[in-house]
Parts: sequence; C-alpha cells; structure tokens
Amino acid sequence: MFASKRGRIAAGVLAAGALLALSACSSGGGALGGNTSSSSSDTITVGSAAFGENEILAEIYAQALEANGVKVTKKLSIGQRDVYLAALKDGSIDLIPEYSGNLLQFYDKNSTATSSEDVIAGLNDALPSGFEVLDQSKAQDADSYNVTKEFSEKWGVTSLSDLKKVTDPLTVGANPEFGERPYGIPGLKSAYGVTATLKPISDSGGPLTVAALKNGDVQLADIYTTTPAIKDNGFVTLKDPKNLIAAQNVVPLINSKKASDTVKDVLNKVSAALTTEDLIELNGENQGASKTQPDVLAKEWLSKHDIKK
Amino acid sequence: MTDVLAAFAWLADPAHWSGVDGIPNRLAEHIGYSALTLLIAAVIAIPIGLAIGHTGRFRGLAIGLSGALRAIPTLGLLVYLAVVTLNLSIVPPLIALTILAIPPLLAGAYSGVESVDRRTVDAARAVGMTEFQILTKVELPLSLPLVIGGLRSAALQVIATWTVAAILPVGGLGRYLIDGLALRRYDEMLAGSILVVALALVTDGVFAIVQRLVVPRGVTLGKVADVRTKEPRRSTRATTASATADPAAPSQLT
Repeated sequence: MFASKRGRIAAGVLAAGALLALSACSSGGGALGGNTSSSSSDTITVGSAAFGENEILAEIYAQALEANGVKVTKKLSIGQRDVYLAALKDGSIDLIPEYSGNLLQFYDKNSTATSSEDVIAGLNDALPSGFEVLDQSKAQDADSYNVTKEFSEKWGVTSLSDLKKVTDPLTVGANPEFGERPYGIPGLKSAYGVTATLKPISDSGGPLTVAALKNGDVQLADIYTTTPAIKDNGFVTLKDPKNLIAAQNVVPLINSKKASDTVKDVLNKVSAALTTEDLIELNGENQGASKTQPDVLAKEWLSKHDIKK
Repeated sequence: MTDVLAAFAWLADPAHWSGVDGIPNRLAEHIGYSALTLLIAAVIAIPIGLAIGHTGRFRGLAIGLSGALRAIPTLGLLVYLAVVTLNLSIVPPLIALTILAIPPLLAGAYSGVESVDRRTVDAARAVGMTEFQILTKVELPLSLPLVIGGLRSAALQVIATWTVAAILPVGGLGRYLIDGLALRRYDEMLAGSILVVALALVTDGVFAIVQRLVVPRGVTLGKVADVRTKEPRRSTRATTASATADPAAPSQLT
C-alpha cells in the first residue's frame, strides 16, 4: 500500500531505520556498502530509486544500452534520492533515471524554476562537476491537482485558473507538507488567487487520497501524474498555465566519464520516444492485477520502439 | 538536548495554544477520541468478560481470540478500513482502536471475576442469591480493581495509538507527529510526543487512584482481620497501611 511511488510515507516511516543502516554502510565504504571501486571503464552500472516506475525506467535504459552493444550491470531499487545520489557520486552506479524538478531542488534548494526548460537550465548549472543530464523526455511524473469529472463539468473547471469560478469552499487532499510548499496551498493563493484548505492525508496521492476525492471529502487532490488511478476513476487533471508546479521530466543522470557518444545517442532516443501515457500504462501493469515485473515491462516497451544508434 | 529544549520552546509558544491546530483543541480531540474508544470497547468487552468469569465457559476461546486481536496491526487495519469503506472520518480508526482496546478489558473482566474467592461465591449462593445477584453484588464489586486495571491498561494503549490515525485527516495529538514529520518540524514532533506521554501518565495516575478507591471496604477490613489472627494485636495502623497498599498489586496481572 505504501509502496506508492516516491512514497513520502516510506520516506518518513522508514527513513529513520534506513538512514541509520545506510549511514553505517557509507562510513565503512561506498553508499551501497563494500564495493566502492568503479566498475571497469567500458561497463555502465545502472541504478534506480526504490519504486516501481523508476525501476522500469532503469530497466529500459539498461536493456536499450545492452541491445546496442554496451556492457551493463544493474543495481536497482537503491532507496531514496539522498542515498542513490551518494551512490552515483562515489561511483557505485553510473547512470540513473531522474526527475528534473526534484533533482534540481536537491542540488539547489533556492531554485524557483518551474517550466521544463528553466529546470533543465538550472540543472546544468547546479549539478556537481563530472555529472550531467542528457536530453529530457516529454514524460513527466509531477504533482498535479485533480478533480472529479462531475466537479469539472458542474463548474466548468479544467485549469487551476478556472477555480476562481467555484463559489463553494475548496479543500485539497494531499500530504501534510502540501499546506506549506510553494506548489501547494500558498502557491494556489499567490499564483491563482484561490483560497483552499488542506485535508492532510499521508499517502502521497495513494488510495486514501483517491478515496477522499471519490467520496467528496475533498474537491481537489494532489496525485502524481503517472498514477493509473487518475484515468481509472475518470479524474480531470487541472492545467497549470502559470507553472505553479515544477516540471518533473524524466531525464537520465549520468557520470560524464561513461557518457560515450553511443550511450548518449541511445538514451536520447529512449527519452524522445517516452511519454507520460507510457508511464501510466507501465505503472498500471506493474501495480495492477498482473503485477508484471519491471524487466518484462521494459522489454515490452522496447519491442514497440526502435532504439538503434 | 537542544532538541528537547526546542520542543519545550515550541510548547511554550503562545501561538501554539489557540485555534484548531492549537494544543487545547488537539488535546481535547485526543481525549474525546480516546474516551469514546474506551467506552465502546468497555460496553462490548466487560459484559462478555464478566459472563466468562462467572460461568467459566468459553474461557479458552476468549483467551485465544483476544490474543489474536492483539496481533492485528492497528495502522494496517485502519488504512484497510478507510480504503475499503471510502471513509476518511474518525470511524475507521475508531473501529481499529476499539479492537486494540478489547483484549485488555476482556482479560481484566474475566480474571477479575475468577480471582474472587470461591468460598465467598458459595456463601452468597447459600444465602439464596440468584446468579445475577451473585455477579452484580458479590463478584463485580470484588473484581472491580482488576476490571479497572484492564481499563487502565487499555487506556494507555488507546491514548498512545490514536496518534497513528493522523495519517487520515482527523485531529488529535497525532497531527503534531504526522505533520511535523512531513514538514521536518522535529520540535513540533517531539512536543507532540511529550504531550502524548504527559496525557498517558496523568491518565494512568487517575486510574491508579480509582483502582484503590473501588476496593470494597469489606475487603480491606477482612484483610486486617486475617493479619490479626496471626499476630498479637499491636500496631493496627501499620497493618491497615499494608492492607490498603495491597489491592494495587493484582493490577500487575493484567
């Protein structure tokens, strides 16, 4: 249940234990414990965060590179951002699928960039030397404001700027931090002039948040754009013309030493082909009844797209 | 140490003592939720426990069942109930916490009745009391310290565990823990924990006093008489003191 992606619950509940365990590891060696020596120069180690979607993306990168003659090893499901970025830094991994906005926030807490272009520009400045991001994909996994179809039709709301038309009081179902983050309640007020109150539901847009929106406890819900539940329940994701929410384009983050022309070319082709709809579909198969494994899903996706250098 | 100071500074801040998210309101919510949970659980568990203790039947079943109930993870159950019923009110945590509170209450009630001296019960029966009269006029008063002991133990668990319900949009002191965690406001989290601990200690103290007060006067006097038969009549005051201290001991059984 709390395996919901980028689970902040997981971050919270498990962080204490996980961080203890991992800090113990990193004091003894690399962030992944033990083996700190970089893999041989012609092999790329692909890592991933510990949630389904990111593992699928890492599998797609790995299998696409392998298909083009690059030697690949995999270290998937590494945990949260601070852990896997430390692993990247010490050479335990060389390549990981990332999300542009959150990655920028990690390296530059004061960044106010929100559009896809500004975020990538910011990233190129903020990344530590020796690391780079390749072309970003159109595919995004960002926070998004969602309403039910009935609500959207009743008030004629398809965008956050339409919310001013709503005369009923508005409540938003989201994680507790949503009440204070710039993309949350304060941003809604300053960017769109809309006053809303928060109903704190600590499951990162998971089943409880979806339930609250369905049964009318809240009028708006913060759900990640690649969550299959949005489509399954016919929710309407509100447009964000003023870029209140930072872009979260999928982007390969790589150790520059490993970014040969072939590698760049293959990954850029993957990014060019990948869409948000693909991610919704892949997540649906991964989380749904079939529970299809990331490596199988990656193989299926690659079979539909021609990734040749 | 600085963390603890920060938490007390948080507690002392007047801004945290008013409004919906203020300490008085959150504390009142927490006490209200906990009291309601205990009431519902007591209404279910105590009559069943008394009946089991009186009749001696289904004792094995009760022990097994309440053991099984203890093993249900409260957080998992309340999330499950919320998702399945699409209900994000206090009802799912209320049900989950009632289930948490039933085992200690049940155990307190049946062990309380069982602890009553069989000779006393036989005497009551011999003077012509009905079974219901025996239960209500003999067994219940004599078992009250253990019944209250069960309530005391359940109250502590309920007060401590209501905090997890704040993953749903409900109030109570858990808000400080869950919101503080999400916003990395660790002073708020620690302050919330201190409030929960304080509430639990005060509640425990109140129940400890109640537990002493409910000991029937006859029991206290009877114990003095017992002691007196063994020892020559010397310090009545000392023996009374040790006898009044004694009834607190059985509460450890629960």
